[in-house]
Amino acid sequence: MQIQPILAALKKHRLATVLIALEIALACAVLCNACALIAGRLALMHIESGVAQASLGTIQLNGYEQAQAVDLNARVLAGLRAIPGVQSASVLNSIPFGARRGTAGFSKDAAGKESGGVVEFYLGGPGSFAALGVQVAAGRGPQADDFKPFEGLMPSQSSVQMTRALADHLWPGDNPLGKQIWAFNTHYRVVGIIDHLVRPDPTGWSEGERDWSIFVPAEPGKFLAGSYLLRADPADLARVMRDAKASIAKIAPDVVIDHDQSRTLDDLRERTFKSDRAMTGLLVGVIVALLGVTAFGIVGLASFWVAQRRKQIGIRRALGATRADILRYFQTENFLIVTLGIALGLALAIAINLALMKWFEVARLPLWYLPVGAVALWLLGQLAVLAPALRAANVPPVVATRSV
Amino acid sequence: MFGYYLDLALRSLKRSPILTALMVLAIAVGIGASMTTLTVMHILSGDPLPGRSAHIFYPQVDASPGDWHNKNPLDMMDYRSAVDLWDAQRADRQALIVDSAIKVRAADANLPPLMLTMLSTTADFFPMFDVPFEYGGGWTAQDDARRARVAIISGDLNDKLFGGKDSVGKTLRLKDSDVRIVGVLAPWRPRPQFYTVVGGNYANGDTAGFYGKTEDVFVPFQTGLEINDGNFWQFTCWGLPSTPGHLQDSPCAWVGLWVQLDSATKVADYRAFIANYAQQQKTLGRITKTNTRMLDLMQWLDYNGVLPRDVKLQTWLAFAFLAICLCNTVGLLLAKFLRRAGEIGVRRALGASRRAVFAQCLTEAGLVGFIGGVGGWLLTMLGLWLVRRQQTPYSDLVNLDVAMFFVTFALAIAVSLLAGALPAFRASRIAPALQLKTL
Repeated sequence: MQIQPILAALKKHRLATVLIALEIALACAVLCNACALIAGRLALMHIESGVAQASLGTIQLNGYEQAQAVDLNARVLAGLRAIPGVQSASVLNSIPFGARRGTAGFSKDAAGKESGGVVEFYLGGPGSFAALGVQVAAGRGPQADDFKPFEGLMPSQSSVQMTRALADHLWPGDNPLGKQIWAFNTHYRVVGIIDHLVRPDPTGWSEGERDWSIFVPAEPGKFLAGSYLLRADPADLARVMRDAKASIAKIAPDVVIDHDQSRTLDDLRERTFKSDRAMTGLLVGVIVALLGVTAFGIVGLASFWVAQRRKQIGIRRALGATRADILRYFQTENFLIVTLGIALGLALAIAINLALMKWFEVARLPLWYLPVGAVALWLLGQLAVLAPALRAANVPPVVATRSV
Repeated sequence: MFGYYLDLALRSLKRSPILTALMVLAIAVGIGASMTTLTVMHILSGDPLPGRSAHIFYPQVDASPGDWHNKNPLDMMDYRSAVDLWDAQRADRQALIVDSAIKVRAADANLPPLMLTMLSTTADFFPMFDVPFEYGGGWTAQDDARRARVAIISGDLNDKLFGGKDSVGKTLRLKDSDVRIVGVLAPWRPRPQFYTVVGGNYANGDTAGFYGKTEDVFVPFQTGLEINDGNFWQFTCWGLPSTPGHLQDSPCAWVGLWVQLDSATKVADYRAFIANYAQQQKTLGRITKTNTRMLDLMQWLDYNGVLPRDVKLQTWLAFAFLAICLCNTVGLLLAKFLRRAGEIGVRRALGASRRAVFAQCLTEAGLVGFIGGVGGWLLTMLGLWLVRRQQTPYSDLVNLDVAMFFVTFALAIAVSLLAGALPAFRASRIAPALQLKTL
């Protein structure tokens, strides 16, 4: 295939060529970045919660006095445990994908000079750690005598479990077991490392920080009440939740059940990622529309060129060019234009990604997206040009002898 | 002449229906996507207090400890600083604000207790923010001073508890205290709910929550602090509060202050006033920094980045898409006009000027834009319907107003004229002689 005559012909249609190339360039840039955004949202939506999500539900109560808290805990826990099918009922201040009550900063030294970051402190009563179903990777889980009563927001001394992601961030390469952390007048020692325990609000944090949680065992009391974790067989859970709300209404008629937050963890998770799911759908829609518009643009312009060159095609056929030659001519022409567009588009994709990284805190575009995007557009171009090119190949040689 | 061009344009469009449909579709889809996102953007980025926002300010005094290296003052103030500034009454109007959750019951309504958000504020809040009343009115400065047991409720709550009837004078039970209702708000939906906007810089772009509904119960500041004691949440603390939920003497930032200053001199005076205050408090040893700031309402919203990141991203995406559609339309129009080179040649030979050919081609492009605009408007309605179905905190606000309706068509026609200009110019440069020869 000779490229020279194609280039010569394109030179005569400089404007149209540049337009299609520009369209391809924009499409390529948006395609690569939209795919990267989709990948980011998918990663967020499929985050590992680290807990036995399908078996868990939560009951959130408020509208009671602090003085009643101890009594309320006792009555509610007894009531919940009496429901058939409940495997465990316990107190936990924050709930993965749900209520958030333990977000706080801490430091790696007693003087408070070296900040450790802002993490979620899950304050849990006896049974809550086991009920969550988090996996202990190193060290130990909480023991019975770790759950001590406390005054104020948090226990001042405790032996805690920390996620692997947080430990790796705080002490990279070091054994985190036995390390200590400080916050205000509290002082904790790390005795266990857990695989994962997602924050209640993972969407509000950057990718590396979504799993920064610490489990602090504590005895439920004045400041640890009203937030309960239920565990049941997944098949039973929906009924257990209904029964639980009904029984609370009897046990503690005066408190207010927060129906919006009292749900199964599956429901809470579903709700947490609702907007991300919508955004993913939108991005997919844009990609489809964009590829469609680009393809139709190519079809339209190629059809026009074929119609314009009917006579020349006829002459070429009359001079001995085969149908395959004509077909390949238009395919090569399209390939050249799309290549020009892709060259521009790859640069533009990187530029857009840099801008997104700056203003939208989006992750860096993985470089392998670029060749994949390029191949996708080459294929799209070839598909779009096929019909007009076949029409061109079917122009009979006799056209050469007719006037238009 | 325009009528004739329009007639020619219609004929030409009918002659190649597929090409026309492609162009119209490209414009419609591009316009539909951009107008959907632009409408959401327009709704979310407006001025919540048109005409007044330039006089509304958010003063800040930084009480954080010296080893906190925050560049700007904390988003809220500690109790002492906020109340001192308010007590000085140096502004034309001033209102303290703090939100808390409270248990609400009404003796007259046979309903289970509700947990609602209550705003503790001061009398100036209502005139300063132009809050509309359905029944009754605000409380007085004396009520603030006396810690009167009075409340104002939202229209929503009035509907729920009292079936929408005038409930002024009735009693509401807030936690364990009875308060008398003195006012019922008419529907009021500032967007965003600007006066409680804080912490936007820590939201990682997820700021849709700023567009939620307003509080359901409003009570005088000290009244609220008394009756809901133990249930207040801090914005941040630099030490543990001795009693969680009771923050009056705590090392915590949790109170906001809004002031109205009607002239530039007063603004300058107030800035000097808070700077002096911080200086004086530092001398007294109560705070360690003299870091103060006072942004006006719109600057404050801007500082907090209230526009949700996803909305901005979607808008950029939609306009990139529109740019692609534009390139596409330029290419197709070029094809369309140049295909008629023969016809244009004849017209030129018969005496049509270049301008006339240009005008005729542009008319055709404009017509494509108008039809595309109708399609774009329909797609915008569809897009907005989809946005409403997403149940974001602001989904009830999403509607195409008259201004955006006209913007839709203006944008569609502008885009198509822009797309048509280059091809029309090309068409008008066609040499008549060459075309006539090939006929």
